[in-house]
Formats: sequence, structure tokens, C-alpha cells
Amino acid sequence: MEKKELKVNAIKDGTVIDHIPAKDLFKVIRILGLDRIETPVTFGTNLDSKKFGKKGIIKVADRFFKDNDINKIALIAPMANLNIIRNYEVEEKRPVELPATIKGICKCMNPKCITNSEPMTTKFDVISGDAVSHNVSLKCFYCGKVTDHDHIEII
Amino acid sequence: MENKSLISITDFTTDEILRILELAEGFEKTPEPHILDGKVVATLFFEPSTRTRLSFESAVNRMGGRVIGFSDPNISSVSKGETLKDTIRIVSNYCDLIVMRHPLEGSSRYASEVATVPVVNAGDGANQHPTQTLLDMYSIKKTQGRLDNIDIFMVGDLKYGRTVHSLLQAMSPFSPTFHFVSHPKLRLPDEYKTFLDSKGVKYYEHEQFSDLIPEADIIYMTRVQRERFSDLMEYEKTKDVYVLRNSMLEKAKPTMKILHPLPRINEINQDVDQSPKAYYFEQARNGVFARQAVITYLLGLKR
Repeated sequence: MEKKELKVNAIKDGTVIDHIPAKDLFKVIRILGLDRIETPVTFGTNLDSKKFGKKGIIKVADRFFKDNDINKIALIAPMANLNIIRNYEVEEKRPVELPATIKGICKCMNPKCITNSEPMTTKFDVISGDAVSHNVSLKCFYCGKVTDHDHIEII
Repeated sequence: MENKSLISITDFTTDEILRILELAEGFEKTPEPHILDGKVVATLFFEPSTRTRLSFESAVNRMGGRVIGFSDPNISSVSKGETLKDTIRIVSNYCDLIVMRHPLEGSSRYASEVATVPVVNAGDGANQHPTQTLLDMYSIKKTQGRLDNIDIFMVGDLKYGRTVHSLLQAMSPFSPTFHFVSHPKLRLPDEYKTFLDSKGVKYYEHEQFSDLIPEADIIYMTRVQRERFSDLMEYEKTKDVYVLRNSMLEKAKPTMKILHPLPRINEINQDVDQSPKAYYFEQARNGVFARQAVITYLLGLKR
């Protein structure tokens, strides 16, 4: 008899986030607050991927992300794909898009930046990474300093 | 029109910079003691900088304007924990233009977003100080009779020196040739070299400069701060290499001038002061004209 693959997590409605670099999977989970929600979430990691070697995937039932949340994903996992599922069908499939600028979301890494001492919203120009690493960095609109990928801290 | 501020030198187009220099020349030739009659300028100094504050206040006074403000944040509401936003909103009600200096980077840009009057950045931490750049350019134009094709030596701390970074950006449209002279640890950051490359500006880097002085039209000296060296022995050994002495000027062009944003420590020897090539004190005087120009320009006052 043919051995069937176990499909634990076909969701009726919700969002599937694919092509997350395996090492950043838990970061993405934390950024999206998936460690605190009530609806079913399944994830897989260290799955084989042609793009990354190892990738992660997250399936979130009954949840559709707002643009602001999608921006957050793009900063950490710029190659990620979003699949919007309605009634078991993929209604929409699209890559996350790096915005040209972002407001809020991240901290400026410059301790002497005004944004770190004034109750205000941060603003950055997004600098896309090179073709190999895709590592995004952020240039602060206020102090002009660049926060590199490894220092991006989500507020 | 949205109220216009001057936070970074890159806020001005090259045409606007030329306009400011033209206005400054006008103020030097013909004082305008009443052009600011009835106007109030606030000078908000969240960190002390007596020289810069006096220069701005002199500029306002020479045009008949009134000055309010503070030079010590410890005696203002800032010490009670008021946010910058609230301070700026309130002061906007009291004046026609704000000049501010603040220890935090980006503070002036933020202030210009919340203010209802123009803001002039008089220094935000290590970030920007655009009126310094304008007075540097005014000094270059005045002493050389032109801005184009100037051979500029920049000496000292090229890594952290914001005046150096702003000046090279603002001069780049005028086909300059730069010579960057510094200790290897204080070299010009790559981002500025990339910038110059993209503009097709010629530049050279040196660790010593005494033999090259005859080529210079302008020598722009900057202060090397001891704190920049983790190894103080290295600082002691190298600091004298970047000191300008009168004896080094013998073969310099007769029209060559020495600039310095001041304050200087020992990087320009006292014996240079009597040389006609020493221009740093007049340069400071030019700052008043440049600031008069900026203030009237931002207020939209016609000469």
C-alpha cells in the first residue's frame, strides 16, 4: 500500500507564510505575536528548500494579516511568501513586499538618536540587501544612521 | 507653502546655496539694520555652545530682530522632563523662527516636524550643522573669488568630523579636488568616498601633507579629539603630524587660505596666526553674514 504523507495542517481559512529562513522562524513567530494568539498555529522548520537550504513555514488559522504586520515580516524574511486561504483554497499568493519606508515597528540602533528618548514614531528608509543575503538595513529618517540587519530590533 | 527649515545642508539645492551666499555677500556689503524689525527669533540651546549662539544672536541683532531663548537647559522646563515636542510647540507660539542646538541626533529634524515656524539646526549631536557649511563655502568663495575647481585639503579627523562631511557634499557640484589628510584610524568613511565617486569628484588620501601644501587653495583643518583614540600612546605619537606650522607655508600659493571650524586646540600652531594665509578668525566673522542670509531666506524676507 502506498504510504500517505500526513497532512496535519490543511487550514480552512487563514494565512500560510512560506519561505522563511529556518533560523529566523522563531523571530517571525514572536514578531507576529503568534506565541500569544488563541487560534490554531502550526509550524515546521528545517524543511529542505532550494532557496535557503533550510526553510520554515507557518500556518495560522482564521487570521489575515494587516499591511503593518506584513511589513514586519519583510524586514526579517524578505523572501517569504504569503498564501491567503479561504475555504481550503489558495485565494491569493504573493511575496511579502519590502516597503520603501517604514514607520514604527523598529528601533534605531543609535543610542544618541532622538527617537530613543522622545515618545515618537520611528521612520526609516529601507535599504534592500544584496542579491545573495537579502539582508535589509534601515536608515533612520531623523539621525541618518544605518541600523543593519543583525541589529534590527522590533518594538 | 509648508514652512521651510534648514536641518541638513542637503535640504538646500545648489541654487539655494548660491542664493544664500549671494545674500550673505549683500549683508556684508550693505547692513540691513531694520529688515527683522518686529521679528522674534528663539535660540534654544539644549547644550551649551557659546560661539554658535552668539553668532546667531549677533546676526539677529544686526538686522533689528529680538532674541529670546535659553543657553542652559538646566534652568528651563527641559529639566522638568518636558518632551522636546512640547517645548517646540510652545516656543513656536512665541517667535517667528527657532534656532536650536541639541545633543541628540535627529532632534532638529523632529523639531521641524512639530514646529509651526522655520527651524534652523545649529548642531544636533554629531549629525548636522548646516550653517557652518554655508559659512565655509562663503569663506571659500570670498577668498578665492570662485567656488569652481578649488583644491581643498581636509586635515585631521575626517572620520567623525561632521563639518568635513557636509562641506565635501555641498562642494561636490563645483568640480573640486580633495586631498584627505589623516591618521589611518581617522580616514574618511567609505560612504563619502562612494558619494564622491558617484559625482565624479577627484580625491586623494594622504597620511602626511607638508610636501603637498603648494597645491592647495584651501587647507581646512579640524580638531583631532583625544577620545577618538583607544590607545593614548598612539594619539601622542601621531598628533604632531597633523599640526600646521608657519614654516610649512613658505611654498604655498599666495592666495591660499587656512580655514578651521574652531575651536582649535594645537592643530594650528599659534605662529600661523600672523600669516596672511590664516583666515579662521575672519571665517567666524563670515558666519554672522551667512546666518543673516539663512534667517531672512527662511522667513521669506526680500532684500
